[in-house]
Amino acid sequence: MSQVTSSVQEKGTGSALRGAGPLRWRRHSAYLGVLPFGILVLVFLVWPTYSVVTGAFQNSHGSFELHTVKAVFTDPGHITAFKNSIEISAITALVGAILGSLFAWAVATGKPDGLLRRTTLSASGVLAQFGGVMLTFAFLATFGFNGFVTTFLASQFPNSFLAHPDWLYGFLGLCVVYTFFQIPLMFLVFLPAIDNLKPQWREASSNLGGTTLEYWRRIGIPVLIPSFLGSALLLFANSFSAYATAASLISQGSIITPLEISTAMSSETGVANASTAKALGLGMVIVVGVVMTLYTLMRRRVSKWEQ
Amino acid sequence: MSKKRLLISSIACAALGAGLLVAAPAADAKSTSVWAHARSAKAGGGLKKLAAACKKEGQMNIIADPHDWANYGEIIKGFAKKYHVKMNEANPNGSSQDEINAANQLRGTTRAPDAFDLGSAVAYANMNTYAAYKVSEWKNIPAAFKEPHGFLTKDYGGFMAIGYDSSLGTISSLADLLKPAFKGKVALNGDPTKANAGLMGVFFASVANGGNINDVSTGVNYFKQLKDVGNFLNVDPTPASIASGQTPVVFDWDYNQAATVKELAAKGITWKVFIPNNVLVGAYYNQAININAPHPACARQWLEYLYSPAGQNAWLKGGSRPVLAEYMAKKGTINKAAYAALPKVVGTPQIPSLDQASKASTYLLANWAAAVGTR
Repeated sequence: MSQVTSSVQEKGTGSALRGAGPLRWRRHSAYLGVLPFGILVLVFLVWPTYSVVTGAFQNSHGSFELHTVKAVFTDPGHITAFKNSIEISAITALVGAILGSLFAWAVATGKPDGLLRRTTLSASGVLAQFGGVMLTFAFLATFGFNGFVTTFLASQFPNSFLAHPDWLYGFLGLCVVYTFFQIPLMFLVFLPAIDNLKPQWREASSNLGGTTLEYWRRIGIPVLIPSFLGSALLLFANSFSAYATAASLISQGSIITPLEISTAMSSETGVANASTAKALGLGMVIVVGVVMTLYTLMRRRVSKWEQ
Repeated sequence: MSKKRLLISSIACAALGAGLLVAAPAADAKSTSVWAHARSAKAGGGLKKLAAACKKEGQMNIIADPHDWANYGEIIKGFAKKYHVKMNEANPNGSSQDEINAANQLRGTTRAPDAFDLGSAVAYANMNTYAAYKVSEWKNIPAAFKEPHGFLTKDYGGFMAIGYDSSLGTISSLADLLKPAFKGKVALNGDPTKANAGLMGVFFASVANGGNINDVSTGVNYFKQLKDVGNFLNVDPTPASIASGQTPVVFDWDYNQAATVKELAAKGITWKVFIPNNVLVGAYYNQAININAPHPACARQWLEYLYSPAGQNAWLKGGSRPVLAEYMAKKGTINKAAYAALPKVVGTPQIPSLDQASKASTYLLANWAAAVGTR
């Protein structure tokens, strides 16, 4: 850490000593390092967003029109899909946030370098990225129509819920499957917040005669709430934008917006319409934009405690 | 089996495509070749010159032609061997719309598709994407199967059918599939708002249930009933899912079933194909050349090959009905065994028109998710 700082300083003082390097260049050269990242963001985030937003207001000949956006945002089918998307994201964010934070708390109370912590951290790192076809396959092989659990229960307990796997291929299924990657993600993003609770605060509270309950009510929870909500918002955005998992799980009936976008982009039955896809994308951009703004505001509150 | 169907893609992919489009240099598309504008082999100097030009190009880009779809595998291998051409096969499970999207996004690069095989709705919506070309057998193709200028030529087609593992019993009407024996067993090849085969499956169910091809609501209701009794399976059937027994009843083209029958027979499973009398819902695919084909000679040679006895018989062996079948039967160049092995059908074929298909698609867009999606 100190090495990095010193090398930056050397570079600074070096060019100042030489005197030849104009001040402006010195100031700007520091930005060179982030240039690749800037280009990446430009090409893969800013440009596609721009193209989606402008495309939503263009007809197939490229001229401006409001028709598609209006049609998309008033169509009951699209509205239902949006509702489903938001509901699924909210449910899985909430469930993931609660379970993940409890999990993080349990691990945080253990040894800082203990085996449990190291294993759960690396396992969560893997599982938080365990999505798409692989995750779907895992669930289908377990709870699908010919899944291992399903076939067992169908022969032993034919009336039990899991013996009828219809639930997996829809709203409830998406909720369960998404939660599978939400919990480890919450664990990863929330653990640092719990680690950040200084033991001194606890001691100070006890010294002043505070009980455990009072500590959590007055100090622990108020300090953690912004982190918790911020992480929950991140989880929301994470499942709101998930596509591959849903696409590989649900092959009939586009019940969420990302699946509808795919239909609008690649349907071969004559209903493919790029501007519809982009108008739906615009809706998603707006939702994610709101969520990420809230997230940033929450982060600001959090950083107060991270000194 | 889910040709023309996008399995896995993402918004990110589109973004990536958009990003690449900006970055990709406008490569020389070899538009200097005389073949880029030749509207027939004769106009370009004859079949021999065409073959030589294709051999020189050495590559052919095809897209969304899976090997197990209507026996494309044999055609691809045969063409590569005959003309010493490297076959560059892109996105075999893609949809017709994906083919057009690829042509637009890769325009000017050497990776753009040379030829298309398209469902009619997409084919007729993108007429400015093709180069007109009339194959040598043009005059023998029935008029109903060709666009007069040669922008599109129908290639092969078939009828919707129900294929099933006969150990489940015998199916003699679509109502049979509502029985408890078929719980969680009935699949449709593709979401009908996305895939042609799925759309035709809904037309098929409409006609079979007393409706007609002007109104698919009867078919949608039938699938809703299937869903409500728990028999409709929300799994996209593939050769793998059929082989593993995951999708034991499938609504799909009869030509796709032909391959399944053979494959499962080897495993001791009898796969039967059922087409109800007077329920002949059919469609033909369309062959076209990309107007910006990076390999213009091979693109034309590919079409010549497809409409030669080798190409037509290969499709026939795959269980589909090639457009030159009757002509070849008369001339004696047809593969008699394969011709005789086509499923026997009774009734008059009904081919939904573009208007009927578009009306059905609009209806499905609004009603399909509500009918079979699990909320």
